[in-house]
Amino acid sequence: MKIALFATCIVDAMYPRTARATVAILERLGHEVVFPSGQACCGQMHVNSGYFKEALPVVANHVKAFDTEDYDVAVAPSGSCVASVKHQHEMVARRCGDAALEARAAVVGAKTYELSQLLTDVLGVTDAAEQLGSHFPHKVTYHPSCHGMRLLKLGDRQLDLLKSVGGIEMVELPEAEQCCGFGGTFSMKNADVSSAMMADKAANICGTGAELCAGGDASCLMHIGGGLSRQGSGVGTMHFAEILASTLENPATVPGNVQLAGSKR
Amino acid sequence: MSNTFLGMPTLPVFGHGNLNATEKFPKAAHRELGDAQLRANLGHATHTIRDKRLKVVAELPDWEDMRDAGSAIKNATMARLPALLEQFEANFTARGGIIHWARDAQEANEIVTGLIRATGETEVVKVKSMATQEIGLNEYLEEQGIAAFETDLAELIVQLDHDKPSHILVPAIHKNRRQIREIFLREMADVDPALTDEPARLAEAARKHLRKKFLTAKVAVSGANFGLADTGTLTVVESEGNGRMCLTLPETLITVMGIEKLLPSFADLEVFMQLLPRSSTGERMNPYTSLWTGVTPGDGPQNVHLVLLDNGRSAALADEMGRTALNCIRCSACMNVCPVYERTGGHAYGSTYPGPIGAILSPLLTGIKSEENSSLPYASSLCGACYDACPVKINIPEILVHLRGEDVDSKRAKIKVPSQMDLMMKGAQWAFSDGAHLNLLEKGLPLGKLAAGRDKVIKKLPGIAAGWTQSRDIPAPPTQSFRQWWDKEHVAPAAVERSQDGSRNTEGEQA
Repeated sequence: MKIALFATCIVDAMYPRTARATVAILERLGHEVVFPSGQACCGQMHVNSGYFKEALPVVANHVKAFDTEDYDVAVAPSGSCVASVKHQHEMVARRCGDAALEARAAVVGAKTYELSQLLTDVLGVTDAAEQLGSHFPHKVTYHPSCHGMRLLKLGDRQLDLLKSVGGIEMVELPEAEQCCGFGGTFSMKNADVSSAMMADKAANICGTGAELCAGGDASCLMHIGGGLSRQGSGVGTMHFAEILASTLENPATVPGNVQLAGSKR
Repeated sequence: MSNTFLGMPTLPVFGHGNLNATEKFPKAAHRELGDAQLRANLGHATHTIRDKRLKVVAELPDWEDMRDAGSAIKNATMARLPALLEQFEANFTARGGIIHWARDAQEANEIVTGLIRATGETEVVKVKSMATQEIGLNEYLEEQGIAAFETDLAELIVQLDHDKPSHILVPAIHKNRRQIREIFLREMADVDPALTDEPARLAEAARKHLRKKFLTAKVAVSGANFGLADTGTLTVVESEGNGRMCLTLPETLITVMGIEKLLPSFADLEVFMQLLPRSSTGERMNPYTSLWTGVTPGDGPQNVHLVLLDNGRSAALADEMGRTALNCIRCSACMNVCPVYERTGGHAYGSTYPGPIGAILSPLLTGIKSEENSSLPYASSLCGACYDACPVKINIPEILVHLRGEDVDSKRAKIKVPSQMDLMMKGAQWAFSDGAHLNLLEKGLPLGKLAAGRDKVIKKLPGIAAGWTQSRDIPAPPTQSFRQWWDKEHVAPAAVERSQDGSRNTEGEQA
């Protein structure tokens, strides 16, 4: 299968290792990954902040980059960006009165998958250790990000994949379904409330005794990780793609400053 | 189309009263967040009630179908609201009731005051009602020399404490029983000084206090949960029986109801009597459901009035994207699951309607140009828990985003100097609307390292981004973006050995 990678702006600029892990997983399964170079961002930040006029060229750029026959499906390692592509692009085009863009956005949206959705529903991955050689001998907890959970209805796809990684010890996160408080510009416009939500999330994570918190959205992980870092907790965050890409031969570097027994670093 | 002016207003009439916040949400939230007792009370109460709700909802295999039905009935109601209101009026009037139409809070208050004055009474008992909270009826009546006594236990607590409700269903959710005992001892003239903070003792004290009022009151003021157009029937759904007392004992009953509370037919009630109690109190069925259709000679109130309140509802109905907010049945499920509400409480929202539904309903009723209310659509992380919980499937996150757009457009037209947020969005538009632009920007990423400390994190950002760094670090950016790596080093898998995959996975960018 020919798979177009939508890296998303934050992964491209801040967490390239997540996109590289995504490429590694898909190639390991024998698929061809292409990277449409015109891509930039899904426009979610503009839309969710009410800047529809400014969102239009961003949405148009994404549709232009991905509106080709040159791939079978598109994938992004981000629930919220995929939700934006699937649920917001048509709305932005409609609101700005661009019917042609609206129609093309619908086509692109239908072909776009979140990574765990693609792995589980399309590529039939049920056992990461077996099918991807995933190995990650660490104690991990998991935060399901809101947009993936509620807009894409990802269910336990990400968690189930993580549980099937070789050597991993998964511990349950209390109040896992509560928002971490990121919410894009919410974290700046309502910094106090956002911080209070983050503090509760961080406390729940630290209470599990996990070495790190895994998730499927770089932005939420940056938020939680930023809080954990400021508190000097020593607990890091990591995208689930990086955990799936980690193998016995090439173990992923664990963020945070915990010294780990049995780590092959 | 005719050019004749038919006297119809062209501008929407927005709502007034207790709908307008007096300060912006972030400021109010900052203050409320500082109240540790409030947060503890709220956290406990919302957790209890949402667990109860989840349990009883899970009992119904057709819950999702029921939500769809509720949503469809409400959409059908809004699609022909004027006709249904006329049908309701005809049926209510035919049964001996009297209808009054109120354009806004002021008119509604004047009508109710006039009706009470006509009875010669200066005291009324009240059934908990959001509509009368919205128009500030109690305060208005007080100014006119009429005392209104709340009979719902939680409303009574709030009223005795000279406080404001902070939740639609549980107005005193922010108080614990120790605080309630103190309020009763301080404010109830006839209370037993040996009162303890046991819930049963507190309820007993309130019951004794209220009984005298029930037995002497000649006039009652209520709201209504539903109005049924095909029979002209009104409904009040409650838990304590105080409503039943107010609706049956007095001679005069005055109900204030928002025009959106209609259902087309009596049969529709079947759906909502299942949706409402489960969503609001986590009960399979509410203890008391009172229905009344006009006047029955010799039984119950003989003077039955209904004030139909607009107060911005027509304006909300005219908003194609926002109008489903009027489908709200005031169950409060959205606030019980909202992480923002859970931490700030209802007072931070300023309006009678707090939480996620309030964040859309208040600005829809008052208009987004209403300065303080324009901050309400931003009082959400858009996590979507409210939409999942809503029994009539109001897509609250979508309407929040729609209203943010209205706010940005309204400010754009009004203010000529762009804000920091405007400039940031403009800059991001440039970067995000072309892969080449983003690439150019990413070439500057190594510079980000200069801003980072020895521990490779950024601890302080300027301007509006400072909000982030008040409690969170930002990792130092990588030396190379993904697209730069792809352009330089990625070779199609066919050309390399499969075993090299992993080596591309972890190196480099964290240095």
